[in-house]
Amino acid sequence: MTTSLADVAASGATLRAFLHGLPGVDRVGADQRAAMLGTRSIKTTAKAKAIDLAISMVDLTTLEGADTAGKVRAMCTKAVRPGGDAPKVAAVCVYPDLVAVAAEAVRGSGVKVASVATAFPSGRSSLEVKVTDTALAVAAGADEVDMVIDRGAFLSGDYMKVFEEIVAVKAACGEAHLKVILETGELATYDNVRRASWLAMLAGADFIKTSTGKVSPAATLPVTLIMLEAVRDFRDATGRQVGVKPAGGIRTTKDAIKNLVLVNETAGDDWLTPEWFRLGASSLLNDLLMQRQKLATGRYAGPDYFTLD
Amino acid sequence: MAIFEYAPAPESTDVVDIKPSYGLFINGEFVDGSGPTFKTINPATEESLAEISTATSDDVDRAVQAARKAFGVWSALPGAERAKYLFRIARIIQERARELAVLESLDNGKPIRESRDVDLPLVAAHFFYYAGWADKLEYAGFGTKPLGVAGQVIPWNFPLLMLAWKIAPALACGNTVVLKPAETTPLTALWFADICRQADLPPGVVNIVTGAGETGAAVVAHPDVNKVAFTGSTEVGRIIARTVAGTDKKLTLELGGKAANIVFEDAAIDQAVEGIVNGIFFNQGHVCCAGSRLLVQESIQDELLASLKRRLATLRVGDPLDKNTDVGAINSADQLAKIRELSEIGESEGALRWSPACELPERGFWFPPTIFTGVAQSHTIARDEIFGPVLSVLTFRTPAEAVEKANNTPYGLSAGIWTEKGSRILWMADKLRAGVVWANTFNKFDPASPFGGYKESGYGREGGLLGLEAYLDVRASAARLGGLS
Repeated sequence: MTTSLADVAASGATLRAFLHGLPGVDRVGADQRAAMLGTRSIKTTAKAKAIDLAISMVDLTTLEGADTAGKVRAMCTKAVRPGGDAPKVAAVCVYPDLVAVAAEAVRGSGVKVASVATAFPSGRSSLEVKVTDTALAVAAGADEVDMVIDRGAFLSGDYMKVFEEIVAVKAACGEAHLKVILETGELATYDNVRRASWLAMLAGADFIKTSTGKVSPAATLPVTLIMLEAVRDFRDATGRQVGVKPAGGIRTTKDAIKNLVLVNETAGDDWLTPEWFRLGASSLLNDLLMQRQKLATGRYAGPDYFTLD
Repeated sequence: MAIFEYAPAPESTDVVDIKPSYGLFINGEFVDGSGPTFKTINPATEESLAEISTATSDDVDRAVQAARKAFGVWSALPGAERAKYLFRIARIIQERARELAVLESLDNGKPIRESRDVDLPLVAAHFFYYAGWADKLEYAGFGTKPLGVAGQVIPWNFPLLMLAWKIAPALACGNTVVLKPAETTPLTALWFADICRQADLPPGVVNIVTGAGETGAAVVAHPDVNKVAFTGSTEVGRIIARTVAGTDKKLTLELGGKAANIVFEDAAIDQAVEGIVNGIFFNQGHVCCAGSRLLVQESIQDELLASLKRRLATLRVGDPLDKNTDVGAINSADQLAKIRELSEIGESEGALRWSPACELPERGFWFPPTIFTGVAQSHTIARDEIFGPVLSVLTFRTPAEAVEKANNTPYGLSAGIWTEKGSRILWMADKLRAGVVWANTFNKFDPASPFGGYKESGYGREGGLLGLEAYLDVRASAARLGGLS
């Protein structure tokens, strides 16, 4: 880490040498560590705090082909006021063509609008299309852009192509924050997850995100652990802090709290805010609200006591 | 103030009902011991848990006689029948796991997370494993003739697990047992006695005698004991070896260790850090195979130490019954004094001492996780077993030097290698003089895997197929095959 990080991307060869020089990840050990942290027992006041923190970190998401303006507006209303005295969520996440609707719906609330651009979810299009997709989303009012990397290029070893795409999309983002989706389920190895994390950070990502939610496995605990280690080490090396967003498959309060424990014991306090840690989810919010009410009243209400949107 | 403080999550102690006093377990009955009583205390609070009997040599004699009598019945049972009892014991242990885990943490001071997730599953697994062997002894290659009465003396660091390591193979092979648990941790052994009754084990097959060193000495020296098994300090192991020398008793010893945990520059650093933490801070470092000597390649020393210190700052030290505790209490005042003394020697000899900021409870026996850097092979803390949460960090430059330093110890129980290079793992494992060599992991136990030491770490193997050898009359089987007269 002593060589200047600016020189790392000087050529495909230097980039490759750097990424392959990162410490390896032992799969068994990483799985074990994540499993151990998953057994932390979070109760009472700590649980209440964790639930509210988790709600404030949710990127409430709808990414369906059947999405409509009505559906997005309803979701945005819930994002701003999830129910009772629960805090508002961090952001809503929609497709680019619905960004304007979402931006209008959350205006003035402090809830951010995120958009999946760059030929989401496959990422299989030209750089030109990806940059245009990004520019459209930003022009429509997106505060945050979630881009997918070209997994094909990554797996074939063409790290430079991935790097340059991220740089170009970052440039197209302007003021908007860039979240880079690694689609870790397709990267196959934990070594690749670490390399892709560093690659994205070197290219200027503001956030690294696990998954599109369209591929299984999505956000597993060990993968989030490795990404948290990466942002921690990256900040040690460069002074620049990058956020982490596990997305896909996080459905229960228990899952959300396990993620917070990972953050707490891996990257630490500095990441325990919506500014630096997000949970990409659609169905998680209601479970958080239900557990929140259970803590407050001692009883579970039925699912009909929590709104559908 | 941290953003995310975990609220205490104490495990309920309602599941255990500890009586004010306990006697001995002889011939299937709880009986009073003849010696004076002593207290077993909770090391996390210094509160007395119960009065325990001391078995005198007369009591031990009664226990051995009961075992001798039961040997006739037990050894005559077909293996499949013995297996049924062992399977039953294993299942009862699983059913009562929570109760046993809580009790173990109360008496020993180890975190409930470890007694619940490590000790108890392994205890049950050992009984299941050896239950499986009981009717298959012919295929193990050591014959099928049991030795007779086994006198077993176990330590306080894994009270119930060490009991399982001793009793499960002994019974599977057809021996009967007189076992003495450590004086600071007798409770789970007494609970096990109750489990033997619950399982309808014939009286006398398992006998539990409590007391301190003298009781143990009486067990070892008893003329009608055919096999002695001991786990504990090298010092006591020497005394036992002397006692047994010249008799025809079979002996296995599992003694101290000063294991090297060797980290190469190409290791998976984050996992290596976890392995180092697990290697030395697991069970407060009260582990004979603990990785108490960290050998780190000089090229990554700074980076690794920085990561290790950062990781240590997140270790949660305190109430063993809190489900989030990582490091619990030191087992006894004596042990705490020994750890303190050796740590002071470490400092006075010039090693650099470091501990993370952590608040220790006011009552009870506590010692913070501690690292010594700048340690050389000649330092006392690099030679002597501390048996506590104290890590000595040494460095090396080449694989050959790592092997030399790792082997340069009177002990040889375990070692760890951390590298992404498979060929180096094999090369190192071949050269390290240690009974267990872990690669890219540490402190992993399995009933199918034999465990034991080189040099002052003892002799004989426990666990696995080889664990049967210690409880079978191999000479008789060889004679039967015509190999020996």
